Amino acid sequence: MTEQGVRWSAEQVLSLAPDAASRTAGGKLGTAGPWSEAGSGEGTVWGLCKGSGSRPYQTVADLADPAGPAYKCSCPSRKFPCKHALGLLLLWAGDDGSVPASAEPPEWAEQWLAGRRKRAETDQPRAEESSQAATADPEAARRRAERRAERVTAGATELEQRLADLLRGGLAAAGQAGYGLWDETAARMVDAQAPGLASRTRELGAIPASGAGWPARLLEECALLHLLDQGWLRRDRLPDALAATVRSRLGLPATADGAPVRDHWLVLAQYDSVDPKLTTRRIWLHGAASGGTRLLLSYGAAGRAPELTLPVGLALDAELSAYPGAGQPRSALGERFAPPAPATFRPPGTTTAEAVARYGEALRADPWLESVPVTLDRVVPVPDGDLWQLADADADCALPLTRAARSRPGLWRLVALSGGAPVTVFGECGHRGFTPLTAWPQHTDEAIPLC
Amino acid sequence: MNGTSSADAATAAAPSPWEDLVTTALLGTDRRPAAYGGSGREAPLALLDEAAMATVRRRAGLRPARAARRPEPAPEDPRPALPGAAARRLATLLADRSAGSGSGRRGSSPDLMELLPQWLATANARGYAAPPQALPALLDAARGRTDLRPAALAFAGPRALWLARLNADWRFALRAAPGGGARLPDLGDTEAVRRLWREGLFAERVALLGALRAGTPARARELLASTWAAERAEDRLMFLDSLRAGLSAADEPFLERALDDRGRTVRATAAELLSALPASALAARMAVRAAACVALDRTRSAPGIVIEPPLECDSGMERDGVVAIPPAGRGERSWWLGQLVESAPLGSWPGRLGGRTAQEIVALPVSDGWQGELHAAWCRAAVRQRDAAWSRALLGSPSAPEAGGPGAVSLAERAKLLAALDSAERAGWVAGFIATHGLSEAFQLLGVCAVPWAAPLGRAVVDALNIARDAGSYPWSFSGVMGLAERCLDPAETVRLEGLLAIPDEPDDAAPGAGGYWAEAFQRLMTTLRLRAQMAEELAPPHGGPPAQPPEAAA
Repeated sequence: MTEQGVRWSAEQVLSLAPDAASRTAGGKLGTAGPWSEAGSGEGTVWGLCKGSGSRPYQTVADLADPAGPAYKCSCPSRKFPCKHALGLLLLWAGDDGSVPASAEPPEWAEQWLAGRRKRAETDQPRAEESSQAATADPEAARRRAERRAERVTAGATELEQRLADLLRGGLAAAGQAGYGLWDETAARMVDAQAPGLASRTRELGAIPASGAGWPARLLEECALLHLLDQGWLRRDRLPDALAATVRSRLGLPATADGAPVRDHWLVLAQYDSVDPKLTTRRIWLHGAASGGTRLLLSYGAAGRAPELTLPVGLALDAELSAYPGAGQPRSALGERFAPPAPATFRPPGTTTAEAVARYGEALRADPWLESVPVTLDRVVPVPDGDLWQLADADADCALPLTRAARSRPGLWRLVALSGGAPVTVFGECGHRGFTPLTAWPQHTDEAIPLC
Repeated sequence: MNGTSSADAATAAAPSPWEDLVTTALLGTDRRPAAYGGSGREAPLALLDEAAMATVRRRAGLRPARAARRPEPAPEDPRPALPGAAARRLATLLADRSAGSGSGRRGSSPDLMELLPQWLATANARGYAAPPQALPALLDAARGRTDLRPAALAFAGPRALWLARLNADWRFALRAAPGGGARLPDLGDTEAVRRLWREGLFAERVALLGALRAGTPARARELLASTWAAERAEDRLMFLDSLRAGLSAADEPFLERALDDRGRTVRATAAELLSALPASALAARMAVRAAACVALDRTRSAPGIVIEPPLECDSGMERDGVVAIPPAGRGERSWWLGQLVESAPLGSWPGRLGGRTAQEIVALPVSDGWQGELHAAWCRAAVRQRDAAWSRALLGSPSAPEAGGPGAVSLAERAKLLAALDSAERAGWVAGFIATHGLSEAFQLLGVCAVPWAAPLGRAVVDALNIARDAGSYPWSFSGVMGLAERCLDPAETVRLEGLLAIPDEPDDAAPGAGGYWAEAFQRLMTTLRLRAQMAEELAPPHGGPPAQPPEAAA
């Protein structure tokens, strides 16, 4: 691969930013003005950035590391990457000659890079050791798992009791009770070490305020919660795969022990959902050869960006291992064989009818599934009163967009991109409708993120 | 897709099993015991069993919905696509809009939002099409800043109008577009033009008139004249105002008739338009009236001007647009004089005042303190008649000591006078002004200079900034000029700024820390200039001109 080939686009660089403020700050530094002695080579970029102080900041970014990009900057910022690293990468992405490809990094950059490479080599065996250490005492691990299972069973039993009480008294009464009732029950489920039950319970609290038709939605969610309880309480009678699905829905720890699949994985979408305590990043990948669509999850503590970043439109040569459970798309990223590079293909698409059929099919393996990842080919965004839908260009079928998708600015990017003509759209298709995440216009393979 | 919340149309008649379940759940199994106990489980749990099954069954059986009526496809944009680097630059400029600008101190990084107008102007001049995915941000930016609208909408192109019809937030784009977003008829189609003129909404008619006036001024005037008497007074005013563009002697008969209009404001506008035509009959009448008031003083040895303001405002003057009642605090005779001189053709004065040139006339002393009144009226006339010689004369020498003070000619009037000069002369005059009087009064004058600033002007501004720094004041006293310089200085001047970046030793009498702030401000100036140079380069047409077809069409 030539140096030219691995240069990222500015969007891809900006998607590394931990927050909006960094994006802006980094964007401003992405000009030749404050930089000096900048250079790049072998997937690393370095430069000196003039700040407010007398000494310029020394900034290095290492994109070649298969474990993900790494940054080093002498500025005091605690953000990773800091605005200087972003600005430097933007400058490099702009490719206007201000970051020439030079063979030798300056000494200060070379030191850090060499240190990283050395650590990466020694890390490999250590990681193996530690995984051995974790399983060193299988007896203790089994006892721990048993104790936890007991607590979850107690929690599930208690939740069943509460659901029974609720249905006995009627949902109408619960609608008036507000969040308090659910928050308290959710807290009990946290104590029972069943985070899956806790988060589902907490979400029940919002349904009575969600507008017309709430009783039906509340009953649906109560019923699925009940189904999950029952699944756990009778897990020994379930097929192994379904039992694993129940465990994963309950939020019990699992390891990605599926056989590693090596492929060219195209990054379809990356988006964060933020709640006060945790930022969850979802990254959808499409395997060029395997044809599968897999999900990577990465977490960040409150206000910090999750560590894993894969800009949309890049493809990486890597191994993925699936987590256990039937119908679970979640995988873990294993070994990466090359740094991500811009991809020139798009995933194969399907029709809207096929998309909902796929969702129905997937429910057989996982009845709690909210949506499945689908690429729709040749669809047109169409206004439908206050709603929007994606209509097949060649058939009279359409998928409504979810409420969340309607209120995002990405909707208008999608509409503008289409201009009434068919586009390819990747998104999540479920019982609430379709959430578009990425689009490809008619004639180019350039992916436009919508989220 | 029939979502779970929307009831099936088929089940409207009889309650479905699912609706029955919901009703029971809502009331509670205690109140509505039902047949869910069959499995031997408690009624509420049996209900949940049923509901779980029904939920999964319903979700698994979802079908796509019928497609709604599809929108008309957006019209093709024939312009070539933006180069990749320029498209990314646009995204960065637009992304800066939402963030930043709230914080007080700007530091040394450029203010990207302020560069957007320039970027748009260059992109429009090069004739590029906007990338579709940037249209929403572009429309939002234009929505927030009316000054951006014309350029942003021109760049956004036909697809943006298509998009604006789908989103109420962007209605402004349709209003701003000619014909309220509806397409104007082919201007060559006389019948369609007449029909729209007769039946169209007011905005459509204004747009039609403007479009016609741009190409064939005479047709626009004839169209207006055909229905003139039947129009409402406020509409007549607006229509008359659109004749300002492309005004020529051919419009005179029509305007002369409008002097007898029922509406006072219509009459005033007609008079104003006529006085901008030095060859018009009205201008000639005004010249006669004005000449009666201004004469050479032959009683003294040195030549001078003597003023005899009009004694009354007769009906003829009123018909020609002279306002009889002065604003509070002004004498009526001087008020009338001002209006007469302002409407008289400037070309008539040399003949009246002994064959002198404009320069010589302005230099003549004026008796009895009338100079201010007379010169101010000449200034207004020079602006209205776009007379370069008189503008030059009235502006005087930029380095004259009184030019910096509150002389007869205010800064606002000077700025208007400068507009009548060609851009090089204008820049030269402002450069001379800054060299003598510094920057504190220069902001308004700099605003009328062509961008990028001509070399002498740029040099004068940089030198003056340098002097201000050495004088020890803080840079934000000059933030207006600094901001202008960032936007208007020629990027080629960057070299001259190199020396200003160092933090100088602070003299004892300087404001504390000012040196550092100045270095930062110059740093920002230089970064912005570099960025502008880079922006222009990114937008440069590819070698061999823009491709005749978008590249993907060839693939």
